[in-house]
Amino acid sequence: MHATQKDDSLTRTHAAAGEPFVWLTAMGLTLGLLMVVGLLGIILANGIPVFWPKKVYEVTLKAGVKNPVPGGGESFAGELVQTRTKRIPVLTATGEVEDDQTELQYFVGNKDVYGINFVFVSRVDVAKLSLPKDIYAIERMEYGDAFVYPVDLALADGTKIEAPGNPSFSSRFADAVKTSNTLRDEIGHIEKIQIGRINSKINDLKVKRGESQDAAAQIVQLEAEYEELAAKARTLRQEQQAAKFTFRAPNGTTKTQPVSEVVGFYQPNTLTLLQKSGIFFRNIWNFLSEEPREANTEGGIFPAIFGTFVMTLLMSIAVVPFGVLAAIYMREYAKQGLLVRSVRIAVNNLAGVPSIVFGVFGLGFFVYFVGGGLDRWLFSDYLPTPTFGTGGILWAALTLALMTVPVVIVATEEAISAVPRGMKEGSLACGASKWQTIQRIVLPASVPGILTGLILAMARGAGEVAPLMLVGVVKLAPSLPIDGEFPFVHLERKFMHLGFHIYDLGFQSPDSEGAKPMVFATTLLLIVLVVLLNITAILIRERLRKKFATGAF
Amino acid sequence: MNHESAMSETSPNSLSQRSSVPEKSAAAGEGLRSDYIKICNFDFFYGTKQALFDISMDIPEREVTAFIGPSGCGKSTLLRNLNRMNDLIDGVRHEGDVIVNGQSIYDPHIEVISLRKRIGMVFQKSNPFPKSIYENIVYPLRVAGQNKKSVLDETVERSLKGAALWEEAKDRLHDSALGLSGGQMQRLCIARAIANRPEILLMDEPCSALDPIATAKVEELIHSLKKDFTIVIVTHNMQQATRCSQRTAFFYLGKLIEFDVTTKVFGNPSQKQTEDYITGRFG
Repeated sequence: MHATQKDDSLTRTHAAAGEPFVWLTAMGLTLGLLMVVGLLGIILANGIPVFWPKKVYEVTLKAGVKNPVPGGGESFAGELVQTRTKRIPVLTATGEVEDDQTELQYFVGNKDVYGINFVFVSRVDVAKLSLPKDIYAIERMEYGDAFVYPVDLALADGTKIEAPGNPSFSSRFADAVKTSNTLRDEIGHIEKIQIGRINSKINDLKVKRGESQDAAAQIVQLEAEYEELAAKARTLRQEQQAAKFTFRAPNGTTKTQPVSEVVGFYQPNTLTLLQKSGIFFRNIWNFLSEEPREANTEGGIFPAIFGTFVMTLLMSIAVVPFGVLAAIYMREYAKQGLLVRSVRIAVNNLAGVPSIVFGVFGLGFFVYFVGGGLDRWLFSDYLPTPTFGTGGILWAALTLALMTVPVVIVATEEAISAVPRGMKEGSLACGASKWQTIQRIVLPASVPGILTGLILAMARGAGEVAPLMLVGVVKLAPSLPIDGEFPFVHLERKFMHLGFHIYDLGFQSPDSEGAKPMVFATTLLLIVLVVLLNITAILIRERLRKKFATGAF
Repeated sequence: MNHESAMSETSPNSLSQRSSVPEKSAAAGEGLRSDYIKICNFDFFYGTKQALFDISMDIPEREVTAFIGPSGCGKSTLLRNLNRMNDLIDGVRHEGDVIVNGQSIYDPHIEVISLRKRIGMVFQKSNPFPKSIYENIVYPLRVAGQNKKSVLDETVERSLKGAALWEEAKDRLHDSALGLSGGQMQRLCIARAIANRPEILLMDEPCSALDPIATAKVEELIHSLKKDFTIVIVTHNMQQATRCSQRTAFFYLGKLIEFDVTTKVFGNPSQKQTEDYITGRFG
């Protein structure tokens, strides 16, 4: 009896102290953390291995098993992608039972030879796995990677280097690839920058031909320059294509390709850990710095990173003044009443409007109305080709700014109302006007709060895809929004965006299985970019917070 | 509306020059005005709640006048009306008038900003801005458009000396004001209030958050400031009122009960309520 009472009081105390609720809240937090860790884990686990050079196995199949690789005889070579279990119904004497069978998926490459990239084989069908030392993994401009045995290399000067048994072959091949890559950069420079500049000049002149007499002459002169450059590029390309590389695919097909097709190569089964790390970091660097190839499934994603960054920056530039001014008026000047209350509710609700709605608004208002108006007013010579009257990075940034402005308004309002009343009164008692007080006392003290709003806005804006698809994002942008061509910042240009790139890779790509690793790698990068932008803003905020720490209140 | 231009036209004493009230010539001479701040039948309302009832009093020039009374008696409200600080609160209204040096502070021709430049204020809680000591003191000058370094430097030294803070702060003028101690911060706020040479200094319980040593310093400061400024101080501390004021006004429930020379109010009060309060029987 006595003991029961004691127990009773114990449980009562627990409940009264709210401990179950403490556990509940802790559980909520744990769940949240688990989700974040899980998300990052999955993305890291799928994204990072993309860059790590894998071993290439030669898979020898049991006699009588059909080789999934066309014309492959009894073996094929490839990277192991995944192992999965499949349940297959098997007929036995007692009836039908299900049997677990392990299936292996291999990336076999050589798409130009095989016509496929991935194959599945059952583990029971595999007779032998080996790691051929002389196999090369080659990254190419077209058709993706190839796993091949080199046969020979015919250089431009006629020298022929035989591969089998030649220890210096790989270094000679590396030299040839390096030469070809240098030439490719040079050709790219001529075609993209020099010829591009002449083209844009010619376009400008063609528009103004009616007005000026010597425009025609200038066009002729520029066209001559164009021809000269084009000829130079052609010569270089011929030079680049002179060296030929012959290889034998594991299924026995022999093929000769210009060395210019090769971007890089390595011998996957002889690499030391250090070499692997080197390739790993080179792959990451190429991914970050290069332009995409092969319908975005190969190469790098630099234009998408740059586009995302510039758009987020433009959005921040637009959203902060807009949001801060609105918040100042609402908090400091407007008479607090029904109207302001309804405006505040409307602004908060704006944050909940589906983003695609903003995209539609951006298309209708910014692109067609404002952009179309600008075109008729300033760029009428270029019509019917639209300049601003089509999707572009400026309209995308403004659309997102509109979408994220409620966040900034709310944060700014909170920051402004958190400025101690005593400080405002002190300023007014010094003979400052209301605006001076806002400008010199209230705003500096609210900057950390405003930046919090900006951080939230950036986090939302940088990851948004749906509205961008309507107002200027494209699968492949021919040029960056900021480059060396006058006037350097091209706000009317279409741009690439990491978020859209992910969607495009995952769902629009002709080879979505092959693009899957790239999806994760790109996602990882999008997260990294958003985190970096946020960290920058947080660091600025902490510095300002220290400066405006109001310990006295 | 256009504060900047209004400020540049209105030098601190132009108001008294503009006023054509005859007493002004008497004040200009050797005799100081006995009704420098004249409060006439002043009623004040927060919304529908009346906070001040028919206050009339004359506050003399260059003396220290103390407002005492229990909490909620309206003394701070009256003080904050003298520089129209109460205008910031929504839904307030007043009746009656306050005349400073011959001119109504509610005169529609008066810019409230130039009024506040003539009437400095020190608050109960010290409220330095999150800026350097130097920038805190020159703030009133900067908002008035004065950015000349020599003037600012001279002001900082004069104000800090005036507020007895110069010796402690002269080596750290460009450090944050928030690193000062509580008493130093309050003296900094006094230095800021006198930086633009106001005529009147309003102090709303300036020592309530300070320790006795800091309080003594501020009181000393009040003594030395009274030769240049007309000071109105609200205090809960009756010893402080006796120590530093020449005149004392006792308020109770929004009414002015007694207003006289301090020694008279504390020595021989004419009202029963005053006597009860100063002897500690209520409040």
